[in-house]
Amino acid sequence: MVKELVCVNCPLGCRLTVEVENDQVISVSGNSCPRGEEYAKSECIRPARILTTTVRIEGAIHRVLPVITEREIPLDMVMEAMDAVRGIHVKAPVKVGDVIAADLLGTGVNLVAARSMDRV
Amino acid sequence: MKKVQAIIIGGGSAGLSAAVTLKKNGIEDILVIEKDEEPGGILEQCIHNGFGLHTFKEQLSGPAYAERFIRMAEEQNVRILLNTMVTKLTADRVVEYVNPEEGTVQVQADAVILAVGCYERPRGGINITGTRPAGIYTAGQAQRYLNIDGYMVGKRVFILGSGDIGLIMARRMTLEGAKVVGVAELMPYSNGLPRNMKQCLEDFNIPLYLSHTVTEVFGKDRLEKIEMMEVDENRNPIPGTEQDIDVDTLLLSVGLIPENHLADQAGIKMDPSTKGPFVDDRYMTSVEGIFACGNGLHVHDLVDYVTLQAAKAAEGAVSYLQNGKPQGEPLRIQNGNQVSYCVPSQFYPQDPAEKVTVYFRVRTPLDKGTLVIRSGDKIIRSVKKRKLVPSVMEEALLLKKDMEGLTEPITIEIAEE
Repeated sequence: MVKELVCVNCPLGCRLTVEVENDQVISVSGNSCPRGEEYAKSECIRPARILTTTVRIEGAIHRVLPVITEREIPLDMVMEAMDAVRGIHVKAPVKVGDVIAADLLGTGVNLVAARSMDRV
Repeated sequence: MKKVQAIIIGGGSAGLSAAVTLKKNGIEDILVIEKDEEPGGILEQCIHNGFGLHTFKEQLSGPAYAERFIRMAEEQNVRILLNTMVTKLTADRVVEYVNPEEGTVQVQADAVILAVGCYERPRGGINITGTRPAGIYTAGQAQRYLNIDGYMVGKRVFILGSGDIGLIMARRMTLEGAKVVGVAELMPYSNGLPRNMKQCLEDFNIPLYLSHTVTEVFGKDRLEKIEMMEVDENRNPIPGTEQDIDVDTLLLSVGLIPENHLADQAGIKMDPSTKGPFVDDRYMTSVEGIFACGNGLHVHDLVDYVTLQAAKAAEGAVSYLQNGKPQGEPLRIQNGNQVSYCVPSQFYPQDPAEKVTVYFRVRTPLDKGTLVIRSGDKIIRSVKKRKLVPSVMEEALLLKKDMEGLTEPITIEIAEE
């Protein structure tokens, strides 16, 4: 079976052609970097996405701090992850890359700060 | 009056890149003017990922991308005035600004770089009839409320326009627990990047109505419902296709327009096809010593291109500060078949820039075509292209030897098959 996918890794949005047989990816074409191949493989087995959202922060310039998962987490866990993240409150200062929630929902992926925020 | 070598208006992705480039080229006496309370511009509210694959070979969120440039600007000791609004720009490069500490100040600059960004087309720009209830926002406005100020703007949401910010907000509002009922797009094709169609709509089963528009809004204090209609090939609503949809929020993602009132004030010639200034191959506008770059010049789909272009504009400003204007008279770089705009739109055949990347967009989606760069009957280059869509900016490369000594304008066109 041949599947047509759009790679979501970057705004280039490469159009991928994936050959799948018995749940195994045989070949990927149309990608312009190795990320495209990885994306095609995971998309055909269990789609995964980077999750970006915000958490409450105290003592900073804004009321919320943007956060991002260090790697993709399964797409089918994204709503559950949002519920888990909703309760998190942090205090300034925070540095970009600081771990906000380690091993999010047992995925092995950390949720980290997407920017620094000083204490004001 | 105070004097400074270069003033950069805007401390977002374009302004920061221009500032860092000026400093690296030995222009020390510079000033960045930013209206917001921190530098970074619109990237600060674009918390989604996908930024920086060209610039940093990494996938970053908007704020992380901005932070890298803010750090670079700090390392180069770039002076940034925050909470400061430019109120006037003259053709002889006097910049008037106002802020709470200094009041109103005028500064004379040898060079000015406009890095002012763009604004969103508002409801008034598309003439939706009906009442004026709360609950109607531009997509970027809702994005700022949610991602910077931490407020949700609604629970049942409809989105008009399939621009990228609209698609990204469809996902963002869904993640935050809102029900996004659908997205309507006037054109028969999407105006967003293909990746956003996939990861923002398809991932969450949000329906996209192509060739549809919102024709009326209802509600006294708060939006209660909208009327959606299908449109014909001339984009006119088809009678009998009216459909009422109950929502409390309507987000508009119906176009971005370069912010141009300062350029207008300085008497800079504007390009009706981009709604930003005309610029030459060094990014200088029609007014000597005033340069333009980023979304204030033409709307980009990738911040990485904004960064690159702003660096080019800064190099243009360096060359102007050191050597003055290019030699000779400029010729146009003009739109040919299927091309809706070209930036830059002028070059100097007697004194061309080293290498110019001309950014352009196609008018309608094309499965394949050939990009032809020509000057009169002389073909400079032709390149085969596939899957051309208006939402994806394309590039045409001009080398110094391509432009040198030409006597006719350069035309960028797509030969259709």
